[in-house]
Amino acid sequence: MPSIVKPLVTHPSLVRNELGLTIRDYEGSMSTLCAGCGHDSITAAIIRALWELSVEPCMLAKLSGIGCSSKTPTYFVGGAHGFNSAHGRMPAIATGANAANRTLTYLGVSGDGDSLSIGIGHLSHAIRRNLNMLYVLENNGVYGLTKGQFSASSDVGSKSKKGEANKMSPIDPVQLALTLGATFVARSFSGDKAQLVPILKAGLAHRGFALVDVISPCVTFNDHEGSTKSYKYTRGKHHIATESDFVPHANEIVGEIGPVGATTIQMHDGSSLRFTKVPEGYDVTDRMAAMEYLRAHQGEVVTGVLFADESVPEMHEMNNTPAEPLGSLPFSKLCPGSGALAELMADFR
Amino acid sequence: MPSRINDFAIKLANVNGTGSASANGLIMQAIFRMGVPVSGKNLFPSNIQGLPTWYEIRVNAKGYTARALDYDLIVAMNSQTYKKDVAEVRDGGFLLYDSSWPLDDELIRDDIHYIGVPLARMCNEAFGAPRERILMKNIATAGALIELLNIDAAVVEQLLEEKYGKKKAMRESNKKALKLGADYIKANFTYPLEFHLKTMNANDDKILIDGNTATALGCVYGGATVAAWYPITPATSVMDGFKEFCEQYRKDPETGVNNFAILQAEDELAAIGMVIGASWNGARAFTSTAGPGVSLMNELLGLAYYAEIPAVVVDVQRVGPSTGMPTRTQQGDLFECAYASHGDTKHILLIPANPNECFQFAPKCFDLAERFQTPVFLMSDLDIGMNDWVTPKFTWDDSYTPDRGKVLTAEQLESLDKFYRYLPTDGTAVAARTLPGIHSKGSFFTRGSGHDKYGVYTETPDLYAEVMDRLLLKHKEAAGWVPAPIIEKREGAKVGMITIGGCDPAVREALDMLADMGRPMDYMRIRAFPFHADVEEFLATHDYCYVVEQNRDGQLCSMLTLETPVSKDKIKPILIYSGFPLSAKHVIDAVTARLEELNAIYR
Repeated sequence: MPSIVKPLVTHPSLVRNELGLTIRDYEGSMSTLCAGCGHDSITAAIIRALWELSVEPCMLAKLSGIGCSSKTPTYFVGGAHGFNSAHGRMPAIATGANAANRTLTYLGVSGDGDSLSIGIGHLSHAIRRNLNMLYVLENNGVYGLTKGQFSASSDVGSKSKKGEANKMSPIDPVQLALTLGATFVARSFSGDKAQLVPILKAGLAHRGFALVDVISPCVTFNDHEGSTKSYKYTRGKHHIATESDFVPHANEIVGEIGPVGATTIQMHDGSSLRFTKVPEGYDVTDRMAAMEYLRAHQGEVVTGVLFADESVPEMHEMNNTPAEPLGSLPFSKLCPGSGALAELMADFR
Repeated sequence: MPSRINDFAIKLANVNGTGSASANGLIMQAIFRMGVPVSGKNLFPSNIQGLPTWYEIRVNAKGYTARALDYDLIVAMNSQTYKKDVAEVRDGGFLLYDSSWPLDDELIRDDIHYIGVPLARMCNEAFGAPRERILMKNIATAGALIELLNIDAAVVEQLLEEKYGKKKAMRESNKKALKLGADYIKANFTYPLEFHLKTMNANDDKILIDGNTATALGCVYGGATVAAWYPITPATSVMDGFKEFCEQYRKDPETGVNNFAILQAEDELAAIGMVIGASWNGARAFTSTAGPGVSLMNELLGLAYYAEIPAVVVDVQRVGPSTGMPTRTQQGDLFECAYASHGDTKHILLIPANPNECFQFAPKCFDLAERFQTPVFLMSDLDIGMNDWVTPKFTWDDSYTPDRGKVLTAEQLESLDKFYRYLPTDGTAVAARTLPGIHSKGSFFTRGSGHDKYGVYTETPDLYAEVMDRLLLKHKEAAGWVPAPIIEKREGAKVGMITIGGCDPAVREALDMLADMGRPMDYMRIRAFPFHADVEEFLATHDYCYVVEQNRDGQLCSMLTLETPVSKDKIKPILIYSGFPLSAKHVIDAVTARLEELNAIYR
């Protein structure tokens, strides 16, 4: 409801994070999405995750493509730079941005049309580059802004609002990412903030590309009977495969490992991803196990951190680039100067 | 025919993938080292192995190095094209062929001379490995040419020494093959031919370099740190060169890290996206591509134009439309680049004529892109980009500092009440921008959707138009910052001749010939779009202007009539667009086709 303006006053009792900022400091402008949209819940989870991690607002880069989901970066962290680019092209823009300045935290928000149709090539190659970013795919199985066409993630048999059934097989971003070699793959549900927030935090801490597929029902075009991306259907088929919590500092978790199947993944930045529930025999660092688990649970909405690998170099490590931003290197380091040129000219004689 | 020293043209007809390029390059470089003005044009197919390929060398003491089209000597090493090659020898000229096999009767002309050298037979006898026999046949041909054209053998030996240095076996094979060819000529023919070489000193301050290498070097010197690309002929060697120079100059001597990132993208859509992302984040970033790549980039070029993000695109033009002829040259992307993308867009183009200008213009592209916060194209082409040109040595002014445009610092932001992205405050059409990671007050949501001058989303007609009008003004302002045209006036000129890019040597030669015919003309080579004020001035002061360009539709002609007040009937297009580099002969033929008009003007 965009006609309502957010209050400017912050209540003094609001908790402050390490930077002394309240959660209000991580908000953006008022959402213009439909009331009840799953995307707004994800926005709230993103705000919570960034606040809890004490990400400095101006050190965050928010990127998106085109679509309902891609509008959402305006709705969080108003103090961060954002780039609402072109349909499907966000991973390419993010790749260049990240190449120029690796010191920022990169958060991309995309949708199923943006990621799985027009931009599937860019998404695939950002995964291959292990681009260091959190990529949130707000997956509602429908084209919202153009009013209700099936998307590539629509399940076979899922019905449109007009009653038409989809006949083509869906693209599952989680399985896609796993086969492409993604180093962090998770799925969650916009209606489960308790699960989503720690997953987002782990994704932000991950070394490389973190894909988080979030089932996010479209209340206007895909929340009816017969839809497989509705609130009702998702709640009914929601299968929490793994339960995990994100622990910012490694030293805090000593001796915490307990129940059967529990495990901890040491994140590259020193934090930890602590699993409190993992199905028996399932290893979250085993790509094939993740794929087999998904296959065994077809028809269910399997959620949780499904795969994580902190050992793969991200793009900058592969390119051996300096720690400081390439964009701010002094010109004297970049231009070889007249002496070197005069010498080089001898090679062209 | 009188003896002609340092004034002749030869053409070598080869089979692609047989190692002919290296032999041809050797001859070309040897002539260059002899201090003689020379040019080499590689007319090659879109193929790795097997199709016909030609290499033309023109030598001219006066420095005319555009294609000659009259061949004094043709080296026919490709039976597929024998007939055509024989036909192209000028009357009284020479044909060098492989006499291991007899020539068909239909290949015999009684007005040319035949030099038969049993190249295949000699090489088969002298070398064992099949591949070596094929490769060395080309080198043996070079040996024959050394004697026929009086190429300095010591220079050739020195070149082999430099090239093969430690690879002793390769060097010895090459020497042996050269000797085979040379000895055969000495034993069987009168040498050198009536046209041949004599050492000069015209090249002391020159180098031999292709435009793509020059562009790459210019990007290094201009401070580019992020390069994103997708492989495409004829632009690939830009990025090969950039990588090579970065390895040489951009590895941090202390830490060993790469002060550059080269991203091979999944397609050109992504390549330009990466450039825009990197530029948005404050790096000097560029992509290199050809026309088909620019087609794919159109969408995001509009975003960069409208959201005002710098981007540098090197377009090495080739023959279109569609796949067209990827290994042939054209100037067919002017429209595509000048007005790339949907809606109202106009971009800045810099149009180099040779490798030296590629080197000079590359840093300039970054300066303009950052000053005007907009895409800038370097409009090279295959002829400039992939052929070796003799060009003045490059120089660099160490006092150069990059023009990074208006970028607010943390201190400046701190002192601002509020930052408005699209609101210029200094009387120009360019507003200051901010970079991510500097200060929260500079945070800004970049978008391609409608926005007002404050950077706020809008669908309000007047507010939208206000921004669009400023963008147009910005483009106009750029006219004062782009390279001015090169203008050369002649006594008694009544007509202007206008051209762009690599047409330069052919047009200059044609102008000299026309002056000798009593038809002096003024010359203008346009080097940028938007058109510099001098362009309008030239048009205003000439009532009749030829415009020489390499495309079918007269794209430059149209742009001149669109973007300046010049009336269409003043413009007389000369359009040569079949894919090979221009010759003065093309220009003269086109001018003489309108001789009556010309005679009327000069009456």
